[in-house]
Order: sequence, then structure tokens, then C-alpha cells
Amino acid sequence: MAPLNHILALSVILFGLGAAGFVIRRNIITIFMCIELMLNAVNLAFVGFSRYLGDLSGQIFVFFVIVVAAAEAAVGLAIIIAVERNRQTLAIDEIDSMKM
Amino acid sequence: MGTSSEPLILTAIILAKVAVVLLVFLTSVAYAVWLERKVVAHIQSRWGPYLVGPHGLLQPVADGLKFLFKEDIEPREVDRLIYYLAPFVAFTMAFASIAVIPFGESITILGHKINFEITSLNVGLLFILAVTSLGVYGIALAGWSSNSKFPLFGGLRSSAQMISYELSLGLALVGVVLISGSLNLREIVDQQQGLWNIVRQPLGFLLYISAAIAETNRTPFDLPEAESELVGGFHTEYSSYKFAMFFIAEYANIFTVSCLATLMFFGGWHGPVFGPHLLRAFLPVLWFGLKVFCFVFAYIWIRGTLPRFRYDQLMSFGWKFLLPLALANVLITSFVVAWRAS
Amino acid sequence: MLPLFYIFGAVAILAALSVVLQQTPVYSALSLIVVLCSLAVVYLLLGAEFLAVIQVIVYAGAIMVLFVLVIMLLNARRETPADRSRMARWLGFPLLIAFFGQILFATWRHFSGLHATPQMAAGPKSIGELLFRNYALPFELTSVLILVAILGAVILAKKQV
Repeated sequence: MAPLNHILALSVILFGLGAAGFVIRRNIITIFMCIELMLNAVNLAFVGFSRYLGDLSGQIFVFFVIVVAAAEAAVGLAIIIAVERNRQTLAIDEIDSMKM
Repeated sequence: MGTSSEPLILTAIILAKVAVVLLVFLTSVAYAVWLERKVVAHIQSRWGPYLVGPHGLLQPVADGLKFLFKEDIEPREVDRLIYYLAPFVAFTMAFASIAVIPFGESITILGHKINFEITSLNVGLLFILAVTSLGVYGIALAGWSSNSKFPLFGGLRSSAQMISYELSLGLALVGVVLISGSLNLREIVDQQQGLWNIVRQPLGFLLYISAAIAETNRTPFDLPEAESELVGGFHTEYSSYKFAMFFIAEYANIFTVSCLATLMFFGGWHGPVFGPHLLRAFLPVLWFGLKVFCFVFAYIWIRGTLPRFRYDQLMSFGWKFLLPLALANVLITSFVVAWRAS
Repeated sequence: MLPLFYIFGAVAILAALSVVLQQTPVYSALSLIVVLCSLAVVYLLLGAEFLAVIQVIVYAGAIMVLFVLVIMLLNARRETPADRSRMARWLGFPLLIAFFGQILFATWRHFSGLHATPQMAAGPKSIGELLFRNYALPFELTSVLILVAILGAVILAKKQV
């Protein structure tokens, strides 16, 4: 079994990549996917700690994170479709005004 | 036993099991195509394939060779990587689920107990659902990467359809899971020793079979490849072996849902068992195969009989009819299970 | 057992790199699916078999299908590269790497030498018992959350805002 710090290292690397992608990408959908990547990195840390502490509560948290991610994806993608319909663009720095 | 060669023998057994199961499965898939052409032809007062071999029995071989030697056409403007990846995704996902399907008891050869399944998973049922839910990508990506309007419509339709019907499919199976209290397919089958689940869950079975037909994109729910409106649907731009892979994947999926129906509702391999040791071991496998064959035949029968739904009918049938009924079924079953337990 | 974790960890990292660096959204989405599936394998190795399957069914099989569907629907092709300021490039990236390198270093040092408990049942049964005994209220709250999300999605997709 892999030691705890190796699991956490994987988690940190994935989170860092997600955060970097969140900053450098311009397409809303890709940015959204980077958020999902960060959520997954956190889930991995939860599972690793749960395994290390022998406590299943960590896995329950992952379960909740997945449920919330599903709700978030449904609403978020609906917002993206609405934005695209109104502005005809997905580039985030062109969507910069509050007015239509 | 207990010698150093033990792990080697175990590996050899697993490899042999994979090879045999894959071979049997592929052959059955090929002959399912022959069966479908033959049965549909007879329903429509035709003869069907008749020229290659007696009663066209060698037709699958001829079809396979033809697919392999056809020109491999790659349209301009396709997204090459995804265009080539999509058939492989569909194919792999269709075949991955047979890994956890148990199809008989066990047999002891030279002191080794061999279970009639490739691997046993505690969450076997969920594994099959997971793999089926990934199968969507093959179709969706094929539609998108072809960069042509009919495949795109076919791909979009099939993704929407498969997401919608996956819910009913899963919920229809929850009733059985509640009754048997396990997600392990072998345990679920063992639970049905005396009474098949179809008696306890008639509504669940009807819901499952309707959702399964939609999930495998078959008539009357074959909107993703409706010939009369979408040319060929998502695989319009595919030819040669890539088309064959989609084709095989579709029939492999039919077998998977039929196997699952047999395991969940029709007592799996249970049936009258008699005779000497070897016969005792292989009769259950025969019963299992027979039940699956009945399902495959029913599939073809339905195709030969029912007309296609309209797309809006399909969606409202899934969301406004199947899903509420499946939820009600789960609710009633859980009440009964809780009432019995107390 | 041990090398599998590193193999799938490496696959996850490479695919995550690809999520971030691909210019075409569909490729990013596919790479993300690879990340999710390899993380599912890692969960399996850590003994969380129920979560591993849920990860594939819900994340890879439902959420990512939605993403792919929306990308197909909006026909999102290559994004045009941004004209980023020179400062962001020469200052931002080193700072980002330094920041996460520091976190990586700290976690590595602080948690080194700790090994997981030998065996732990994490099947559907034990998860379910814990979920409905100790976490029943949060569980019910998520169902309200999902209801709200469904309503929100329907209204957002329907109305011409």
C-alpha cells in the first residue's frame, strides 16, 4: 500500500494543475473542467486520509462532494448555455460587461 | 498445492477463462446477427441469407471478411484522433462488462476450484452499470468527430436518450437489490434458489426490459440511427472495420443486458440439474445460455413487430412514464422489505 | 499492488496536464475522463470500492457526458490564445509553481513515513450504514439541493434571459 504522503502528493499535484488551468484558460467550459479536476484532487486526499485513519467518514464526504458536483455541473452548464445564447461567445474575457 | 508454481497456474486459469469466454461471446454475437436477419426475414415472409452455407449459416464469416477487406474511407474534415478512437471506445465498453457476469456454479479440475466467471466483484452490478454508462462516449464522439450533420444529430440524440434511460434502468434494478441485499451478482442469483425474482418484481422487470431496449438503441427506440430520417445516424461516416466495431458493440450490448436480465430476474443458471458430475457442472451453463437466447430472440421479435417512436414520444415516455413508475416500484419494495424485517 | 498506484497516479498526472494544455475543449474533456477513471482505480487500490464505482457512474458516466453534450451542442472548437501580459508569464508561472511546490514539500515532509491501516471494509453496506445513521440530515439536505439544481437548470435553459 502506498504511503500516505505519496497519495497526498498526487492530490496536491492534481490540485495545482487544476488551479493553473483555472487561471490560464479562456474557454468557460475548460475552466469549469479545471474546477472539477480540483474537486477530484480534494476527493483523493479525503480517501487517502480515510484509509490512513481507518475512518469511513472521509468517504462519506467524497460521496457528498460528488453529489454537489453533479448539481453544480447541471446548473453551471445551463448558465454556460444561457451565456452562449446571449453573447455568442465562450471566451471568458469577452464576457466582461454586466449589461446586455 | 502451495508450491511455487501456484500463482502461475492461477494466472493460466484466468487467462484461459478470458480466452474461452471471449471466444464464445464473439461467436454468439456473430450468430446473433445471422439470427436477427433470419428471424426478421421470416417475420416479413422472406428467406433471409441463404446462399453462403446451409441456410446461410456461414454468412457471419462472409460478412466479417467483407468488412475487413472493404476500403477504409476517412472523410475530409473529420477530427482524426477522436474519429479513430470512438469505435474502439464503443467496442471496449461493450465487452468489458462480461468480465463480471457469472454463468454457472463451479467445477473442480485437478484440485482447482474454477468458478464459471472471469472475476467476482462485490459491486459487480454497479460495475456493469458503470461500464454501460461509459459506452455513451463511443456513440457521442463518433457523431461529433464525423463533422457532418446527420451523425451529429444521431450522436446528440443517443447521448440524451442514454442519459435519460440510464436512470430508469438503474432504478428498475434497485428493487431486486433491496430484496437480495447484495450487489454481488452471484449472491443475487443464489437468493433466487426457490423463487425467481420475476415473481417478486414483475413491474421492475417490465421497466428494466423497456429501459434496456432504449439503452441499447434498438427498435422501437432506435432514434440515434433512424435510417429514414438520419441516413445511418452516428455511424454514417464510418466504413469497413470501424463500422463493424460499432455493429459488434451493439449486439454485444444486447447480450449484456440479456445476461443481466437473466441474472437479476430469471434465476441465472438455476434449472433442473441431474446426471454425472461433469453434466451437473455444465447443465447450469446450458440453462443460463438458453435463458439468454430467449431474451435475444425476444429482442429480434420486438424489432420485427413494433414501429419506431417519435423523438418527443421517446423522451416523454422515459421521463414521464418509466421514471415515476420505477421510483414507485423502489418505494413500494422498500416498504415491503422494511415491513418484513420488523 | 504497489506499482499499480504509481502507474495510475502517473496516468492521472499526465492526463491532468493534458486537460490544462489542450486547446480544444473536447480533448480536455476526454483527458478529464481519463483522470477520473484512473482516480477510480486509485480508490479501488485504497479499498474504497464503492466510491470507485460511484466515481465512474456519476462522474465519468453522467457529469462528463453532460460536459461533452454541451461542447457538442455549442460546437466549441479551438480557443483563440489570449494576449497575456508579459508580467503574468514571467512572474505568475514561477510564483504558481513555487506556491504549489511549497505545499507539496510541506505535505511530503509532514506526512512522511505514515502507512495506511491494514484492512478496512468500505463496501456499499458499511458506507450505507454510516450514511443513514450519522449523516442522515446532510443526506436529506443534498436531496433538497438537487431539487433546487434541477429547477434552476430547467429555468435557465428555458427562458430567454
